[in-house]
Formats: sequence, structure tokens, C-alpha cells
Amino acid sequence: MNENVPVVSPAASIPVAPPLPRQGFIRLSPLNRRRLENFKANRRGYWSFWIFLVLFTLSLFAEFIANDRPILASYKGELLYPAFVDYPEEKFGGFLAQTDYRDPVISQEIQENGWLLWAPIRFSYNTHNLDLPVPAPAPPTWMLTDEQCRPIAERTGGTGCSDIEWNWLGTDDQGRDVVARLIYGFRISVLFGLALASISSVIGVLAGAVQGYFGGWVDLLFQRFIEIWTAIPALYLLIIISSIITPSFFVLLGILLLFSWVSLVGVVRAEFLRARNFEYVRAARALGLSNATIMFKHLLPNAMVATLTFLPFILNGSITTLTSLDFLGFGLPPGSPSLGELLAQGKANLQAPWLGLTGFFVIALMLSLLIFVGEAVRDAFDPRKAFR
Amino acid sequence: MTEPLLSVQDLSVAFRQGERDTLAVDRISFDIRAGETVALVGESGSGKSVSALSILKLLPYPTAHHPSGRVLFKGKDLIAADENEMRKVRGDDIAMVFQEPMTSLNPLHTIERQVGEILKLHRGMSDRDARARTLELLDLVGIRDAESRLGAYPHQLSGGQRQRVMIAMALANEPDLFIADEPTTALDVTVQAQILKLLAELKSRLGMAMLFITHDLGIVRKVADRVCVMLQGKIVEQGTVEEVFGHPQHPYTQRLLAAEPKGRGNPVPTDAPVVVDAGPIKVWFPIKRGFFRKTVGHVKAVDGVSVRIRKGETVGVVGESGSGKTTLGLAILRLVASEGPVVFLGKRIDGLRANEIRPMRKNLQVVFQDPYGSLSPRMSVAEIVEEGLLVQDKGLSYGERRNVVARALHDVGLDPATMDRYPHEFSGGQRQRIAIARAMALEPEFIMLDEPTSALDMSVQAQIVELLRDLQKRRNLAYMFISHDLKVVRALANHVVVMQNGQIVEEGSAESIFAEPKTEYTRALFAAAFNLETVGAGAVRQ
Repeated sequence: MNENVPVVSPAASIPVAPPLPRQGFIRLSPLNRRRLENFKANRRGYWSFWIFLVLFTLSLFAEFIANDRPILASYKGELLYPAFVDYPEEKFGGFLAQTDYRDPVISQEIQENGWLLWAPIRFSYNTHNLDLPVPAPAPPTWMLTDEQCRPIAERTGGTGCSDIEWNWLGTDDQGRDVVARLIYGFRISVLFGLALASISSVIGVLAGAVQGYFGGWVDLLFQRFIEIWTAIPALYLLIIISSIITPSFFVLLGILLLFSWVSLVGVVRAEFLRARNFEYVRAARALGLSNATIMFKHLLPNAMVATLTFLPFILNGSITTLTSLDFLGFGLPPGSPSLGELLAQGKANLQAPWLGLTGFFVIALMLSLLIFVGEAVRDAFDPRKAFR
Repeated sequence: MTEPLLSVQDLSVAFRQGERDTLAVDRISFDIRAGETVALVGESGSGKSVSALSILKLLPYPTAHHPSGRVLFKGKDLIAADENEMRKVRGDDIAMVFQEPMTSLNPLHTIERQVGEILKLHRGMSDRDARARTLELLDLVGIRDAESRLGAYPHQLSGGQRQRVMIAMALANEPDLFIADEPTTALDVTVQAQILKLLAELKSRLGMAMLFITHDLGIVRKVADRVCVMLQGKIVEQGTVEEVFGHPQHPYTQRLLAAEPKGRGNPVPTDAPVVVDAGPIKVWFPIKRGFFRKTVGHVKAVDGVSVRIRKGETVGVVGESGSGKTTLGLAILRLVASEGPVVFLGKRIDGLRANEIRPMRKNLQVVFQDPYGSLSPRMSVAEIVEEGLLVQDKGLSYGERRNVVARALHDVGLDPATMDRYPHEFSGGQRQRIAIARAMALEPEFIMLDEPTSALDMSVQAQIVELLRDLQKRRNLAYMFISHDLKVVRALANHVVVMQNGQIVEEGSAESIFAEPKTEYTRALFAAAFNLETVGAGAVRQ
């Protein structure tokens, strides 16, 4: 940074703006590029991020992986989309309002007049496996002996376990496939966590921003309100509410949101309090920028560092909240796929360790991956990390 | 010739940055003999502080390391010494005082505890002995009524007093070598003069050697026996003060010596129209006490000050920190609430709402002191400079805006091709040029310059002053120039206002004030600024 290099004589000809520099798909400022480098430098976090992303993307397409309806079917020359469209069973000669494609009569009827494309796992989260070789909860099929499997296998002309439909991780106490419930449960947990974390962050950041920027009475009143608000025991409230109504996904989200938005207020408020006296904020005021513009353009990026650092941990907290509510039985409506419910079943059925163990390992994996990602994000935003 | 007390031989310091090593200090050698003062001079980033810190091994090891060199203190190599030995040397044989007295003291401990701690640690003194010695030391560094100050916390002391306490702590064990790292840079000129005087007295009384680090050549000339000039990690010239100042050999030294802000303000015709006519302005901050927050009194930051600025004129506002200069400027810009009329271009702007004043801001611009703090690190230069245009000139297209930015950057002497870079790629002086370009892009009538040069190196200060004077001439701008640096004010102002405790103590044309200051306060201020001397101690707040 030599003082003399870019200084040109003011007497030179009329200056022209340089052409815009070439921009990539996403233009990253040097600061963000350095953060990305730091993020990548944390190998564990980086790999965790990709593993989590792959798992999450896969779970988003759960209908294509585990489904009790075929994805595609051709019946008498007509192309059908059973996974997305409800076809009445009379179409195939049955009598139910919705087709049960797992019914051997129906599937045979379609096979004879066309073809069926099934998902790799032919159970959805709410499919009861009616052909269990042992009473539910059934252990994983690979743990069974051919002896146990024979009665079921013989129905389709087979002899042993390799000839029946497999439950890779067994079934729960209602005969539902654990893998299918895991995939759907993972998706709903992560989606719920993401929704709760992001909405409460937005509200928290906005509330913190207003408090920090305006200070004074606004700050004082808001802070006292938050103190009183956080004193309300959220869990008891939830238990009371869920004893009156059956909380759906969105009701649960709404209730938890009422209390979770406060988590970021303190951090953002402190950041705004600090940054509102920065000279570049003053300079922006002198340029005539409005309060909203200053808050968004100059102060919010400062606060985002703290927010993004906290976000993975808030996400984790949100997921755990849902899981624990499900575990206690105050969460999602009965029958929903949920990791907490799986844990509760594991607790109730100690003779079926595959339930508890599966639930434990999946939750542990998910939370650990997110924590590792969170660590890497924290490293990436750590300004002191730059010179190491 | 006697054996030197400290001998730095071929010392290098490198910092590890990822894979690469950055060399901060490159094979420097110098000696300090007992009782001698050696000054390390150079601009920021030249490696002078790093050199001093490596003598005491206070750098962030192992990020920092020494590829070569020895530091011999009384014949012992400190670079090879381990942490235990170093701890005995630090604070006992070699003491150090840092630049920032505001943060060098622990805010939670009393003065007695902080000074006494060193005595107990190194000397094993009892509480009572330590207290007696602390009193003696505070007396020595010129803290009046030391007994009552023992229980004081750092925030109850002024900047100058804190620096005195720091010096008392450094002197506690009668060190042989005293390292002062820009001890007066954060202080007012008048306080700076007092501290320099104190250091000189102490040195002659205690017979210790001193390593003085500064960027201010005036101080070097005043205090040092020998001087080492540093440039980019190397010592480019060293010798006695007379030699170096009398016959500078290296071109860099010559440039440094010639870098003082020169010239005088642009002449203004007496019938030039008035741009700003403000006052009497009052900014009082209420002091609230008790449960019901009753107002019991006021801090009178600005108390009935009037300023009138004509087109093409520079009004310099000088005074110590806390005298209300900046508050006055912010009040005129309507960035703090104030009482009293502010007339801008014939229109009263006090009492206008934020929305009503927004269009006026185009003509009412400001450049702040700290070029590092006043530019958002997340925006490119183009984004920073065009920000005002987005509000004030909404009709401009993207291309037009970029052209305005290019013109503004060109006007302040920066290459428009650099407009898509980020502030951290520029030096302090260049950043200040960007801040000026941001103000200039709106083509204002009036710019408030709030200490625009005080965070910059000496040679850069001169360049910025030149630039401001040149811009004023071409655009016929009105400046309000706030500074405690009287050399810069002399080079730029037509009219000078001297402030103390929120009031004007003296004002007049630049020539008359600088030629014959009338009040005691102004005289003390000038003596401290130009000769680094204390005059009329009673007039200046300690």
C-alpha cells in the first residue's frame, strides 16, 4: 500500500469510470471470500456440511424413496402418477375410495395390464406391514431366521427371508417400517427446525435492531417486556394448549415461535448499540440516508455476523425442542413420523432395542453434523482467525 | 566507549500468515547506552512498535518469530531467554509505557492496587511499604494530592493523569531502560507537552536510558539524543539528532523532514456571501439523578457559541479535547440536538424535521477523523462514494453514477480505476481521500472537517492539507476545520476560533491570532503545539 502509487495528478484529462469488473455467478466481496476459505479450512465442518446437505436433500425427496404407492404406473395404455394423484380403486376393479397398491390383487391387476415403478422402499411412514413374520415390533428382517419367515414367504411361493419384503431396521409397535419413518421424520425435524430457527431469527433480528438503533425508551420498555415474557414457562403453556387442541405442525411452530424469537434479540441489540455510533454510520446520516436504509445497509451486516454464528445452534435447539415434545407426547399429532416418537417407542419397548438405538443414532448424527457445521461457521466469521 | 546497555543486533521479526511469512522488521541494529535517549521514528507500519515489543518479547509468539538477530541487554541475549527469565526482566529492568492510556489501565482496580502490584511482585514489599512507595511515585510523576488519588479508579482520571500513572508504574522498580511507545499520541497538545517535560526531568533525575517511539519529528528533536529512522522494517538512517536533522542523508528522511504542512489558507474576499451563520448555539446534556431522573444540572458541551462562515473561507476551530469543538460541528450539521439558530444559505435549518433537512444535506457535508472507522468495510469504494447520490440525486442512472464517482475520485487524486476495490486495500491517507470524495460527490457548499488529518502520518497530513486547499480554491467551498493540531490549522484557516469548556475564549483572523494570541489559554496552547513547552500551567486543565 504505497501512498504514492494510485495518486494521479488532478490536472489530467476528464476521468471516465472503469468498466464493471467481470462478475462471477455470485459476486463475493473479499471479506466473504476469506470467510468461505476459513469455512473450507475447517475440514470436519466442511464435510459435515456436505453430508448434511446430501441427507437433507434426499429426505426432501422422501416420497421417491419410501412410498406405499408406485411413483409411475402404466395401466391399459394410460400413464398414471399414483404417488401424486389419488385414483379410486374402482379404476382397477376394486371398491376403496383410494387405491391400496400394496394389495396383491390390485398390483397383480396393474402388472397384467401394464407396469409399475416402485420406490426403493415400498412403505410410507404410515404404512402398516400386514405381512409380518413375527408380531410387531418386528426386528430387522436380516435378524430373522428363515424358519420365522417361511409362513409369510410361502404365500408368494418363496422359502426364506430373502423372499419377503424387508424391513431394514425393523418395524415399530404398529408394524410400520422404521426406515420409512426415519426418512420422513428426519425431514419433518429439519424442516421444522429450519422454519423455527429462520422465522425466530428474522423476528429476533428485527426486534434487536429496533431496540439497539433507537435506544432510550424503546430499548428500556422492550427489554423489560422481554424479561417478563421469558419468565412465562413455555413448556407448561404448551402442555396446557395441547391438552385442549391437537397441535398441528403450524400450531406447534406458532407456539414455539412465541418464545424462541427472544434468543437473538440480545446479541443483535448489543451489536446495533455498538455500531450506531460508528463514524461510517454518522457519515451515512450526514449524507441524508433514512434510518431504515442505515439499519439495513450499514448496521445489519454487522449484526449478521453474530446472527449467523448463532444460527446453527439455534437450529439445533429447535430440532431438539420438537423431538423432546414428541417424546413427551405433546408434539405433532399421533401417527406423524417423528424422531421423538421413535425414541418414546424405544423407551416403551425395551425388548425391541432397534427402535431406541435407531432413534438415538439418527438424532445424534444429525445434531453432531449441525454442530460441526456451526463450529465451522463460527470459525469463518471469527475476525481473529484470519491471521493464523 | 562504554559497553551499551542494550544492543539490538541484526534483529528481524516475521509474522506467519497462513503459509507465507511477512517480514515486519528486517535486520535492524542499534545500541542504547546508559542514560541515553534513542528515538525510533517512522510512519505507521514501518515496524517501530514491533521492534520495541520484540525487545521485551511481547509479540504474539509463535505467530511472530525472529529469523535472525540478538537483543543483548547487559550482555545477556533476551531473544534466547525463556519466559521465566523474561518475566524477571519485564517491569523490573526494562519497563514500557504504551500509547493508549485509556485502555492500558485495568478499569476495575484502583490506582494504588495497580501501582502497588508491581512493587509487591518484583520487590516483595509489604502492603504498607508498597503504599508509601506508591505515594512517592505518584508524587514523582506530578500527580497533585496523590494521597487522595490512591483510591481512584482509572475512569476518574483524565488522559494525562492516566498516562502519568502508567509512567509511575513503569518507574516503580527503577528500570534501567524505559521504552515509551508513542506515549503522547493519544493526548492533547498541552498534556503532551507536560508529559514530555516530565519524562525529560525523570530521565535526568533517575539516569535511566530511554527508547522513544514516535512518528512526530518535533518530539524527537525535543527529547532524543540519537535517532533511528525506520522505513518498511529497515533502519535507513541513524545518528545523533543534530546530524540527522541537520544533514539528512537518506531521501526518506529528507522527505519526512520536509513533510510539515506548509502554506496559508486561501484568501477570501470580504464581501463573499455567508454560507453558514450559526449561533449562539447551546448543546446542553442534562445530568439526571435519583429515582425519578430529575434533571439536576447540565453538561454544557457547547454554551452560546456563534460561528459565521463565508463562501470560500475556512474557519478553524481549535481547543483541547472536551472543549466542545466536535459537538459544535455536529450541531451545525444537525446531527445532535441543539438550541439556537442555524442559518444555512439564508434558510434556518434548526427545528427542521429529518425529512425536511434531507435535501439540504446535499450541500452540508462532513469528513470525519478516523479514515478507518468512517468507511464501511463491507462496501466497495464506488458504493461508498455513490451512497449519497442514491438519496440526493435519484434521477441518475447506474452508469452516470459511476461517472460521478470517477470524477470525485479523480478530484481527490485517486485513480478512478480503483473504484471497485474495498477500503482495506488502501492506506490511511488514501482512505481519507475516499472519505473526502464521498463528501465531494454531492458537490456541497459547506464541508465540516472533523480532525481529518490527526489519524494520519505526518507526510500524509501535508498531502491532505494540500488537497483540501486545492479543492477549496477550485470549488469555492466553505470549510469548518476542527482540529487540535495547530500546525494544520495554520496551513488552512482564514479565521480561527479558540474554544475552551464549550465557550469561545478568543477568535480572530488567522494571522492576528497566530501572531499575537491575546489570552493566556491560547498562548499555552500555541507554546505546547509549536515548541512542545508548557507555559502558564494554571491556564491549561491537567
